[in-house]
Amino acid sequence: MIAASRFLFVVGLLPLAWLTYAAWQDLLGANPIERAIRFCGDWALWWLLLTLSVRPLRRVPGLTELIRVRRMLGLFSFFYATLHVMGYVALDRYFDWESTVRDLLKHPYITVGALSFLLLLPLAITSTHGYMKRLGRYWGRLHRLVYISAAFAVVHYWLMVKADHLQPALHGVVLTMLLVWRIPAWKITMRNKTPPF
Amino acid sequence: MPFRWNPELTMQDITPEEYFLERRRFIKQAALVGAGAVLGLNPLTALGGESQDDTATPYEKATHYNNFYELGTGKDEPAANADKLLISPWSVIIDGAVTRPGKVSLEELLKPHAIEERVYRLRCVETWSMVIPWQGFPLRDLLRRFDPQGNAKYVAFETLLDPQHLPGQTRKILDWPYREGLRMDEAMHPLTIIATGMYGRSLPNQNGAPLRLVVPWKYGFKSIKSIIRITLTEQQPVTSWNQMAPEEYGFYANVNPLVPHPRWDQESERRIGEFRRRPTLIFNGYGDHVAGLYAHMDLSRNF
Repeated sequence: MIAASRFLFVVGLLPLAWLTYAAWQDLLGANPIERAIRFCGDWALWWLLLTLSVRPLRRVPGLTELIRVRRMLGLFSFFYATLHVMGYVALDRYFDWESTVRDLLKHPYITVGALSFLLLLPLAITSTHGYMKRLGRYWGRLHRLVYISAAFAVVHYWLMVKADHLQPALHGVVLTMLLVWRIPAWKITMRNKTPPF
Repeated sequence: MPFRWNPELTMQDITPEEYFLERRRFIKQAALVGAGAVLGLNPLTALGGESQDDTATPYEKATHYNNFYELGTGKDEPAANADKLLISPWSVIIDGAVTRPGKVSLEELLKPHAIEERVYRLRCVETWSMVIPWQGFPLRDLLRRFDPQGNAKYVAFETLLDPQHLPGQTRKILDWPYREGLRMDEAMHPLTIIATGMYGRSLPNQNGAPLRLVVPWKYGFKSIKSIIRITLTEQQPVTSWNQMAPEEYGFYANVNPLVPHPRWDQESERRIGEFRRRPTLIFNGYGDHVAGLYAHMDLSRNF
């Protein structure tokens, strides 16, 4: 399992390695800043969907141990989301905080994207063993925020697109499937009268 | 560092000037933005604004970063799918309120017009911009040949409808065919041209071959590509993006930094190939020529 997580760690850095190489070799096209920011946003969402796939996938015989790499998958999502946000603040807004705040308040797709990122922040911070122990049963409840963050991420993508909503719709379908799959388990939880949050 | 002559360098080692300047400007700006951020300065004001030169966008970039949804919605898809647009034979229908309507072949359409060069800024509503040397002729010279009638108040344009070949038209992304329109005085303005080429070459398919409209003071989506029909009308024609999202895309779509778009503020733009945004100019810098057309209009309502 240690070997697997080391392997995953290297794999997780590959998109960033490609982006660095592509930026250096001028492979990012006519608008490299836009390309780089969107690339990081795509990967943040993909790692998040992978994180949410762990629970269904571990039912598959032989994949039960997948749960051990879930934290790393989630942290990679946070890592690329951070690059995405930093790219926006540094390369799109040039650290012009006034224009950033205005953009944030005026344009719904930016607002929703920012909320999605902010919800990931406490999850990344409390992802350590120490916090898991300290928060006990509250840890699981806190980390249900990931569903809201993922939904906001897809809405952010949908609102950003001008006319061709195929790509955000496909991501929405995948997310919906991952959430619907959990409904039976949630029903059992409800029946046991454990409050959901 | 003192200058040192390096005898190993030959002419082949010299970076072409345009690349050199571009890269140097990019590095300089990156460094300045970084330094400004450290000092807590707003780089937009700290640098005193970007140099306002309008050098032509490199051909490669102008032909590989396109919005032409008929050939795909990704920016590089129109170039990749360029051969799906079949431009020969090509003819254009000119009808509506004209004395001599008809369908003319491309050759017939172009024959009487002397092709001239126009270097124009192109500003996309998505807040990026380019500078493109077009070859073409004023639209008004074309319209006059067909003798517009007194009741002609608008000009409507239509792009080729060919879902069998155009991959974007297999899905209803927009209500195909793509349609655009101008008010008669905008269409007759000497800055409004029909382009048949760019950078001294024939128009690449992804840029709207074989003929397209170029209206430099309006957002790029007004400059309809691959035109097959021009109709003079009395009523304001339906236009594709306005039909799709009227609160986002107006009929006029004049470049205006003071009228924000629900999706993007329009006060600045990224010139393709440059690092920092530059301020957007009203009417894309052509206000001296065209502001008079809108003298009595509220531009924030008629956006």
